[in-house]
Amino acid sequence: MISDETLRIGVYVCHCGSNIAGTVDVEKLADFAEGLPHVAISRHYKYMCSDPGQELVKKDIAQFNLTRIVVAACSPSLHEPTFRRAAESAGLNRFLVQMANIREQVSWVTENKDDALEKAQAHLAAAVRRVAGHEPLQREFVRITPRAMVIGGGIAGIQAALTLADAGKEVVLVEREPSIGGHMAMFDKTFPTMDCAACILTPKMTAVKLHPNIKMLTYSSVDSVEGSVGNYKVKVRRRPRYIDESMCVGCMQCLDGCVFTKPKFPNSFDQGLGLRKPVWIPFPQAVPPVPVVDPAACLQLSRGKCKQTCVEACGERNAFRFDQQETIEEYEVGAIVVATGFQAFDPSVIPYYGYGKYPNVYTSLEVERLLNAGGPTGGKLVLRDGSTPKRVGIVHCVGSRDANFHAYCSRVCCMYALKLAHLVREKTEAEVYNCYIDMRTPGKGFEEFYNRVQNEGVQFIRGKVADVTPVTGQGTAADGGLVMQVDDTLLGTIRKLNVDMVILAVALEARADAADVRRTLGISCSTEGFFLEKHPKLAPVNTANDGVLIAGACQGAKDIPDTVAQADAAAAKALVLIDSGQIELEPNTAWIKEEMCSGCMTCIGLCPYKAITHDPERKIAVIDAALCKGCGTCVAACPSGAAQQHLFSDEQISEELEGLMNYV
Amino acid sequence: MSNAFKPKIVAFLCNWCSYTASDLAGTARIKYSPHVRILRVMCSGRVDPTFVLKAFALGADGVMIAGCHPGDCHYIEQNYKTIRRHSMLRYFLEQMGIEPERLRLVWASAAEGQYLAESIDGFVAAVQKLGPLHWSDNWLEDGQREEALEEIVREHAAAMEVPV
Repeated sequence: MISDETLRIGVYVCHCGSNIAGTVDVEKLADFAEGLPHVAISRHYKYMCSDPGQELVKKDIAQFNLTRIVVAACSPSLHEPTFRRAAESAGLNRFLVQMANIREQVSWVTENKDDALEKAQAHLAAAVRRVAGHEPLQREFVRITPRAMVIGGGIAGIQAALTLADAGKEVVLVEREPSIGGHMAMFDKTFPTMDCAACILTPKMTAVKLHPNIKMLTYSSVDSVEGSVGNYKVKVRRRPRYIDESMCVGCMQCLDGCVFTKPKFPNSFDQGLGLRKPVWIPFPQAVPPVPVVDPAACLQLSRGKCKQTCVEACGERNAFRFDQQETIEEYEVGAIVVATGFQAFDPSVIPYYGYGKYPNVYTSLEVERLLNAGGPTGGKLVLRDGSTPKRVGIVHCVGSRDANFHAYCSRVCCMYALKLAHLVREKTEAEVYNCYIDMRTPGKGFEEFYNRVQNEGVQFIRGKVADVTPVTGQGTAADGGLVMQVDDTLLGTIRKLNVDMVILAVALEARADAADVRRTLGISCSTEGFFLEKHPKLAPVNTANDGVLIAGACQGAKDIPDTVAQADAAAAKALVLIDSGQIELEPNTAWIKEEMCSGCMTCIGLCPYKAITHDPERKIAVIDAALCKGCGTCVAACPSGAAQQHLFSDEQISEELEGLMNYV
Repeated sequence: MSNAFKPKIVAFLCNWCSYTASDLAGTARIKYSPHVRILRVMCSGRVDPTFVLKAFALGADGVMIAGCHPGDCHYIEQNYKTIRRHSMLRYFLEQMGIEPERLRLVWASAAEGQYLAESIDGFVAAVQKLGPLHWSDNWLEDGQREEALEEIVREHAAAMEVPV
């Protein structure tokens, strides 16, 4: 036991209304504390965290000359900062305070009152014995790098980057694809206003390119993230375009000049429906307007032999670099906004809908590209054989609200299915059947849009589609098309609908590599795979990693307005962080008692942050406090007890253990 | 069941996952055995094996160490070091005549309040089945052990030619 005549400990037991007092006899607990060593004063009060409660502590520090404070109340994660501040304002070092968690870990989890009192006594005695060994510590601050990184260049990333850049902060925007724009760039129109997606998105994309505060890294991905909140070091892997971005003027002469006179390779941006050349650009308004060369398709890159007519076409602009290599660039940033978006559910795993088997079963994203004027058919909705569909079936909830795939509702499918129904009727005058489970249209102007589409003559059938089968042959229009079998729950009959095109309204799901991204950034995923916010209601863009914020569909399926709002929220949170200039370090770092260190170097290999080095001259270990994150693993391993941890020293933990075991 | 054996159990919980899980169990008002005393450390990697031995020496009937799931450690990989120490400790406890089942390692994420409460209940039941340890009582028995230990130290010092 620590014996020091100057120790004067003040103990405060909180009732927390009836949250604690309803289960734990707070009076008895305060009496018990009075008998503990070095306790000068012990009180109980209704709400310790309230202003009068804090005042009580402050007055006692002055009146009884207290040197240590113990508060038996809620979890330290909630009010430790409160009582540290109170102690500090009364002139006591803020680290001479210890909390005993008797709410979350005693009163709320224990049924029997005697048991609760006994456990509370143990936790309180442990805190009293532990706090005796506390030492005053200095608060340490580090400067924050006033720069932000945005990962993902979809509408969420674009919005966050622009907001941060407009606030005068430097932004590094990283996008994996050759162009920014994300899924929104693929769409034709946006619901419910039917704005053309390109018309509202491309000005923002250009603004990103032209903004002096934004450094845009396309065709690049984040390799690793080191450091912590305020000061991250991010390594970005830049894939070779084989074209020098700074030399290319975006004339696209090389596309015409390529030795392949006809496009031959599937364009991933068009969901494989359109074809491209080895030198290509995803869509005409791409930003940056710089083509990429596909090394697998390009003759020069794959076989080393080509007439290089593209280089000829490029001429004196001289932008081609066939020797370009992958590079790694490092950026220092203070905050990171993650806006990596979603991926569309692959319906080929549902055999009864026939996707991938019958050519005229499409996903909604494929139909978006067909309807888009910049798409593979120039905006004409046609079947695989080039004919115009006359009867189109739309299947809602493909992969969503299905126990076999995703239990959640993807939130946007009803609305985009309505939009597609409207566009299909507008462009082809085809008969459209929307088969839905429930129609979910909560949003500004959404229900009105639903009414509008109903009035346009789209047929709505309430029921889940059981299967899609061909009338004859392969299910093409020439064969007589497809049959959708649906259980019409309003009529109470099974209906068989003859259609020549089926559109599957597929779910939005977490990206396949979300788990890797999560590990790289040190954040969590919820069970369905989307990134987990710190609090679902009160901290919706924060994560477990203080400097990492999330925005858009990477956090959960959502529409464009919600995504933009969330992106601005994430940008604001990032701004708050990097604008504050400095950040307080955790005080619980490790340090070496030099006279005890034998230089055995056991600790060095255990540190994942390379914070410990060996001083060959003095033959001892040296800890860099700025690199130490305070896990204490080296302290636990030190055979001589030379490594110690602030706030978690061997002595403090031993005293706490003694208190827990021998409290009476 | 008022005469039932009430074990004393110490649980070392890491700040980021398992301690947060225990807070969550509280917020969700999940009731679990009151015989567990909780000690917070920043990381399960901070749990010095001597803390575990000390807990037993002080009269604990069981010790639980809880950390983040493998791959989810807040300090990258320090819970892997806990795994190694746990295996070492189990072996060591057995040598000392203590059932290795009295030490349990649990992974609980910050979202697993219910799971942590169930794990605590499961461990308490297991320790109750093993019965009291009485290790600390044996230590103070008659001073013979202390003498024997001192003898070992003397022999060792002589062998190593170190003045005692």
